[in-house]
Formats: sequence, structure tokens, C-alpha cells
Amino acid sequence: MRGSPRVRLVKWSLHYGVLLLFVVAALFPLYWLVKISLTPNDSLYTHSIDLWPATISLEHYATVIGNSDFLLFFRNSVIVSGVTAIASTLLAAASGYAFSRFVFRGRYWIVGVMLVTQMFPLVIVITPIFSIFGPLGLTNSLMGLIIIYTAFNIPFATFLMQSFFDGIPKELEEAAMIDGATRFKALLQIIAPLTLPGIAATMGFCFTGAWGEILFALLLNSAASTSTFPVGLLLYSTRATIEFGPMMAAGVLALLPVCIFFFLIQRYLVQGLTAGAVKG
Amino acid sequence: MFEPYLYSAPALLLVAATTLVPIVIGISYAFRNIMLLDPTSGGFVGLDNFRELLRDASFWNALKNTVVWTASCVGFQFLFGLILALMLNRPFPGRALIQATIFLPWAIPTFLVGMNWSWLLNPAIGPLPHWAYALGLMNAPDNILSDPDYALWGPIFAGIWWGTPFFAITLLAALQSIPREIYEAAEIDGAGGLERFRSITLPFLAPTMVITVLLRTIWVANSPELIVVMTKGGPADASQIVASYVFTQAYQGLNFGYASAVATALVLLLLIYAFLLIAIRQAMLGRR
Amino acid sequence: MASIDIKNVRKDFGPVSVLKGVDLAIASGEFAVLVGPSGCGKSTLLRLIAGLEDASSGEIHIGGRRVDDLPPRDRDIAMVFQSYALYPHMNVRDNMGYSLRLKRTPQARIAEIVGRAGAKLGLEALGERKPRELSGGQRQRVAMGRAIVRNPKAFLFDEPLSNLDARMREQMRFEIRKLHRDLGATSVYVTHDQIEAMTMADRIVAMNAGIIQQVGTPLELYDDPANVFVAGFIGSPAMNFLSGEARRGETGVALSVGGKAFCTLSQAVAVPEDGRVTIGIRPERIRIGVGAGQVVEAAADLVETTGAASVVHVDLAGQAMKIFTTERLQLTQGQRIPLAIDAKDVCLFDPAGGGRLR
Repeated sequence: MRGSPRVRLVKWSLHYGVLLLFVVAALFPLYWLVKISLTPNDSLYTHSIDLWPATISLEHYATVIGNSDFLLFFRNSVIVSGVTAIASTLLAAASGYAFSRFVFRGRYWIVGVMLVTQMFPLVIVITPIFSIFGPLGLTNSLMGLIIIYTAFNIPFATFLMQSFFDGIPKELEEAAMIDGATRFKALLQIIAPLTLPGIAATMGFCFTGAWGEILFALLLNSAASTSTFPVGLLLYSTRATIEFGPMMAAGVLALLPVCIFFFLIQRYLVQGLTAGAVKG
Repeated sequence: MFEPYLYSAPALLLVAATTLVPIVIGISYAFRNIMLLDPTSGGFVGLDNFRELLRDASFWNALKNTVVWTASCVGFQFLFGLILALMLNRPFPGRALIQATIFLPWAIPTFLVGMNWSWLLNPAIGPLPHWAYALGLMNAPDNILSDPDYALWGPIFAGIWWGTPFFAITLLAALQSIPREIYEAAEIDGAGGLERFRSITLPFLAPTMVITVLLRTIWVANSPELIVVMTKGGPADASQIVASYVFTQAYQGLNFGYASAVATALVLLLLIYAFLLIAIRQAMLGRR
Repeated sequence: MASIDIKNVRKDFGPVSVLKGVDLAIASGEFAVLVGPSGCGKSTLLRLIAGLEDASSGEIHIGGRRVDDLPPRDRDIAMVFQSYALYPHMNVRDNMGYSLRLKRTPQARIAEIVGRAGAKLGLEALGERKPRELSGGQRQRVAMGRAIVRNPKAFLFDEPLSNLDARMREQMRFEIRKLHRDLGATSVYVTHDQIEAMTMADRIVAMNAGIIQQVGTPLELYDDPANVFVAGFIGSPAMNFLSGEARRGETGVALSVGGKAFCTLSQAVAVPEDGRVTIGIRPERIRIGVGAGQVVEAAADLVETTGAASVVHVDLAGQAMKIFTTERLQLTQGQRIPLAIDAKDVCLFDPAGGGRLR
């Protein structure tokens, strides 16, 4: 930025001022979530719109953790998201590797199919999947959700893994293959260690995707024993007597794994989203 | 060369089994009478479901809402995203931290975004209605989610908040791929700030902008999560979009045949949209 | 150590033919250099020998054994890549020992072999370093070490020096040659740099457009090129080409450029019907001044000097020509200078096909 010191000062203040607005807008809803979750019940409704809580208490968190249902939902979500993350990353790593390293007949069509599945409205598969999964015993089962979430994550995760593999020179596995390794061994011993950050980022993306999914979780698993956290929270919020405090505390808890992931993959965010531009 | 097939087969088979096959089955449901809890249902009814669709006022309302929802969400996300990307494109103290903070909403799970915003809009515990009332924007601090005239705007606010970082990051990545030397050359050639934006930034950014907006439009139109979480399409279908209408039909109505007909209609509309875009693109390419 | 035989090998990528029927025999212990411009198929040929690509047709034999259908790991060859392709997450010692580890060689034996190779290349102190902590020349040495350790039937080099600066390149050129002298292993070396080819090769294989143009010792290619491509590609500054006319006379074949007499060849040469020929003469074979041979007059244009020598650009009847000389000349633009041409230094080519006229 050029100009006299005064013009520059104005320009910079404007720059920071507008950015500050965006920062506040981005953080405020989350701040409010945390604030309410920490406000004890006796002042929750009387001082509901104070910007700062008068007193702070962890009582809502105690309520949530003492509530066996929420623990169950949490456990279900961790299982579903964890297995989904591992399964989809493994499958996507394999197919992403194929796209990155081989030119093969049908490649164009396979990529096309993956893109199309990303464009189609998910709602159209809701009813058929319900009808297919029912007889297979995959409704009201964590396994059913894992299968669905893995399948839905694969196209995006494949493009992501492909972009990570593309960043690793082909010569490395060629050297390993000349050194006496099979391609698979070269993939495991040479390429995989170099892609670890990418694998971690992909797992993170898949984990958060599964962690936040609600449509299929609502439709397929109506039994409380197999409900995931989002479903549990949503059903809790529609009960006759709503307890906002514990609900928000539960919301904050649901945020934790996501935020941890977010700060871990900061570096890969731009790359992830450039691949995400393909996802649409 | 069987290796690439070996590597890609497991992923491909799973995707085919859980998306491609159901898509085909789903479209076939649209021509059948399928009630979930009625074992006698299942017969083919031809175009009956679609005839009903044409007479269904809720569907037409949902279609109108889809346009409003998609245009508002994508429009504002793009606008704010572009502003952010331009401001974050030059180095300044604290940029990394500000960038991380501003991008945070994108990482929040959709369902939680929806719930968080419905709490913010709830006068019992949220400040927004009170502020709007204080500013004279509302006659009373009410919950707009229960107001048929404005209910759709609740999910739209949440959608803008959630989706802006996506545009910001995508556009920022595109901005950073513009070579510095081009700006320097333009500056030496005597181009001012505005001129540089018009003659360098915009042309370079245009392909990314077009692609991102088009893909995002499809994605946003297809995503009923925020609406399902915040209003369930209510009150009285006032905030229903086509995608959420499909979900509520399937979830609450258990009328799978009709739900599939609505979903098929949505697919058709999106296909028409995509073909229009391709046609426009071809026309523009041909003109060059 | 083993010979390499390539028989009528073709390679197509879709509709594009990269190798159009290549026959080549490399003797055991020979240092063969494949040279040519980028896209001529030299790297593809090397990758076919390595097994990194499959030939569309033809046969490849290493040490008398047909290897076309074998994966790279079963061909018993070592390769040095242009990018070195060192494994970034392994230190120098593990990089060099990786092939032995794959062969389940005992740890102690690996350490011994790697240690010996490291000593040969001056890498003893760097064993624990990761590739990113090494300089370009050191990486190059590790890549060489990785190849030596395997004690393979043949070494393949894919433009191994092109990522080094000029001084380092000169030194590594010398070291690779010395290493070959010590080990005596069959080597195939790909480069686009004709100086590398000239200085390193036992035999040069000059390639262009997927076809081998000429195979021979460096001096054979230099003195007796088979066609315009080889003549122009080998040698720097490049051979001068002038379009001229040839007429059969009593004393031999008289050559003229732009109507002016150029020189007369005493030996018989097959001249095309219309008499049009491309005359080739190397810049250092032209002498400035009146001498034994025929004298033609040219106009000086520009002098480039490197200190040790100069290149004089001249204009001969409207055609540009270069003269390489170690004399220091002061010439003004347009100055007329006499040039002495010796008929035995002149090569004639067919302007249509580019083939040598003999």
C-alpha cells in the first residue's frame, strides 16, 4: 500500500476493521454456544442475552456426562466415524494411487462416475438405501452407517489422496522397483511413509464428514441404542421440556474432535479445498 | 495391466453398490406406489406420482424456496468469500491467525451449525431477536424460525455463515496462483490498483469463480441438512426446499414412491440446469 | 556384467510412435551413450531396458536372457535417475542398502557393502544424513552408491548430471568415467548433451524421432557423420551447412555456393540429378587467410570470444557461417576476409533426405 502516512493509516485501519467484523461474525455463534453451556441454570433465562455470563459453572457438563444416553451417542459416533475414517482412507488411498500412477482403460469413466455421484442429490438414494438395508439387517445398526458413510466419502477422499500422490515423484517407486521391490512393496515402504500427512488429513476429512452427518443417521437408525451424537442431540432438542444448558454443553463436546482436527490440518486446508472444488 | 483395476476396484464397487445402484432403484420407485408400512403397495403406477406432483402446491412452493435458498446462500457466500480472499491475499501482521479463525466455521459439522443458529435465533436464549428488536428491525423479539414469512432466512443465515470460508479459501488459492510478476509488470506499465484488479485479477480469477459458483449451486440446492435441523421445513412447509421436501416425505410420510418422484424431479431440474450451463459455456467459447 | 541386445523394439503411446523399430547391441563392459534432442525416444528406450515401460513389440535381452516380460526387480540392473530419486525418509546408508535389505542380506553384510561403496564415493561422513541435508553433488554420489551396491549386470543412467551446475557436472562426468573404468560394468547412459556423449562414451548411439541415426565411437560420429542430423547434433559450435551446387568436372566434383566457387572434391561422389547439395564443414576446419586449399571470400559480421578461442560469424553469399579460431582477431563489420577450405574436410548431404552423399 502506497500513499502518504495518513492515507496509509486510514487504509490499514479499514483493512483491519473489516477483517475484525469477519472474525467477530465467525466466532460469535461459537462463543455463544460456549457461554450458554457455562451459564448455570439459575441465571440462564434471567440473563439470557448478557454478553458475558455473570457466573460460570460446569454443571451442564456434569449433567451431560452423567446422562448415560449422551455417553452412548458419543460412543456410537466415535465408532462410526473412526471406522469410516480408516476404511474410506484405505480404499481411497488405493484408488487414488491408481488414478495418480496409471493411465488405464476406463479411467476416464471411473472418474466420471465418481464425479456424478457427488453431483446427485443424496436424497434420491435415501429411500432405496432404506429398502435395501432393511432386509440385510443394516438398519438400526452401526455397520449400516459405516458402509454408507465410507461410500459417500470415497470419491472426495480419492481425489484428495490422488493429489497427495501426485505430489510424490514417480521416480521414487521406480527406483524402489529397480532396487528389487514389487510395486505394492514400494507403495508400502517408500510412498506410504511420505504420504502420511496426507493420509492423516484425509482421515480427518472423512472423520468429520461422518461425525456431522445427520440425514441417514436419522432415517436408518431410529433406535436410541444405535443413534449417533447428532441424532441424539437433535431429538433431545425437540423434547417437550428443553434444557438448553446441557444441550449446549453436549454441542461443545461434539465440537471438540472437529476443532482438534481443524487445527491439525490447517496446513492442508487449501489443498483439501482445491480438491474440494472438484467435489462441488 | 490389471494392477490399476485391482487398486481401484474395492472403492469403485462400494461406490457403485451404495450410490449408483440406489440411484437407479430410486428412479424406478418414482413410477411405483410404495408405502413403507403397507405390504400391499409396490405396484407400478406409471406417471401417477408425477401427476400428483404437478398438482402439489407444497412442491411448487418448495421449488420457489429452492431458488431463493440457493441464490441467497451462494450469492452471499461468494460475495463475502471474495472480499475475504482479496483482503487475505496480501501479507500483514497476524494474517495466519486471522485466516485460521475466519475459516473455522467451515469445519463445524452442519447439524451443529443448524442447531447453533436456531439457538441464536431463539429469543429464550439467543441474542439475535433482541438485537433486531432493539434496532427496530422487528416488532417484537420473536423467533423468525416460527414465522412462515421469514422462516427460510434462518437456514440461509446459517448457510452463509458456514459456507463463506469455502469460497474464501478457494478464491484465495486461485489468487495466490497469479504470478507476482504480472502485477509488477502492470504497475510498471502504469496501471492503478483498480485497473490492476480489473485487467489482471478478474480475468485470472474468472474460471475459478465460475466453476466454484456452478458446482456450489448444485451442492447447496441438494443439501437439506440445515433446513431439516432448523425448521424441518416448517412452519407448514413454509421453509421447505425440494431436497428437504423429499426427506420429510420419506421420513415422516413414509411415502417412498412419491418421495422418489420428487427426488427424480429434482435430478431432472439439476440436469436441465447443468445442460443450460454447458450450452452457455459452448456459446461463449464459440464466440471467442 | 552382461551384454544388452535390443531387437526391433517398437513403442507406441496410443497413436504416437516413440520408438520406430530399434536394433542395438551393447557389448559387455561397454559404456554406451544414447544421445539426441528431447522427445527422440532415448529415455523411453532406457526405461524399456529397465522394465519401467513395456515395449509394444520386439525383444530385449540382458546377458543373453530375454527380459521383456520380467518386472524391473528381476532384471538385475541399477538405475540412476535425473532427479536421483533418493528415498527422502531414509538416511544415506539406508538409501544405499535398501536393495540389499529387500534381498534379505544379513545386516552385517549390508553394512560392509554399503561402507565399501561409501568409501569409494567419499560418502563415509554422510551416512546418517537425510537426502534433503545433502548438496546436489552429494545426492548424485548417493544415487551412484545405491547403484554400485547392487553389483548389477548393467547400469542405466537417465540424464544424471542435468540437475548440477556446470562445474559440478564436469567433475561428476570424470568421476563416473573413472568408476566405470574401475568396475568395468556395462553402462547405458542417456543425455541430450553432446559434450557428455563425446567425453564419456565408448560408443555413441545418436537418436532422432524414434530412430537410431548412427552408432559409433565419438570420433567416428564427429568425423564421419551418417547424415545431417548427426553432423549438426554432434560438435559445438555446430557444423556449418550451406546450400550449394555440385557439378562433375574433369578434376573432380566442383562445389559452388551462390554461384561462387567453393572447393573441388577430388574423390567421386554420388551427386543428385539437379546438382543441389547441402555442404557441411566444421567451424574449426575453416582457416582465415590464404592457405593450401581453395580460397573463398566472405564478409565478417560479428566476433564472439571466450578468451581461449573466438567464433567469427561471417556471411558467405548471403548464407551465415561460423568459424572457430584460437587466433585473436580484430574485424569490423563487412570487412572482406579470405577463407581457406580443405576439400577433405567437406561433407556432402542430400538436401531432400538429409543423408550423406559419398
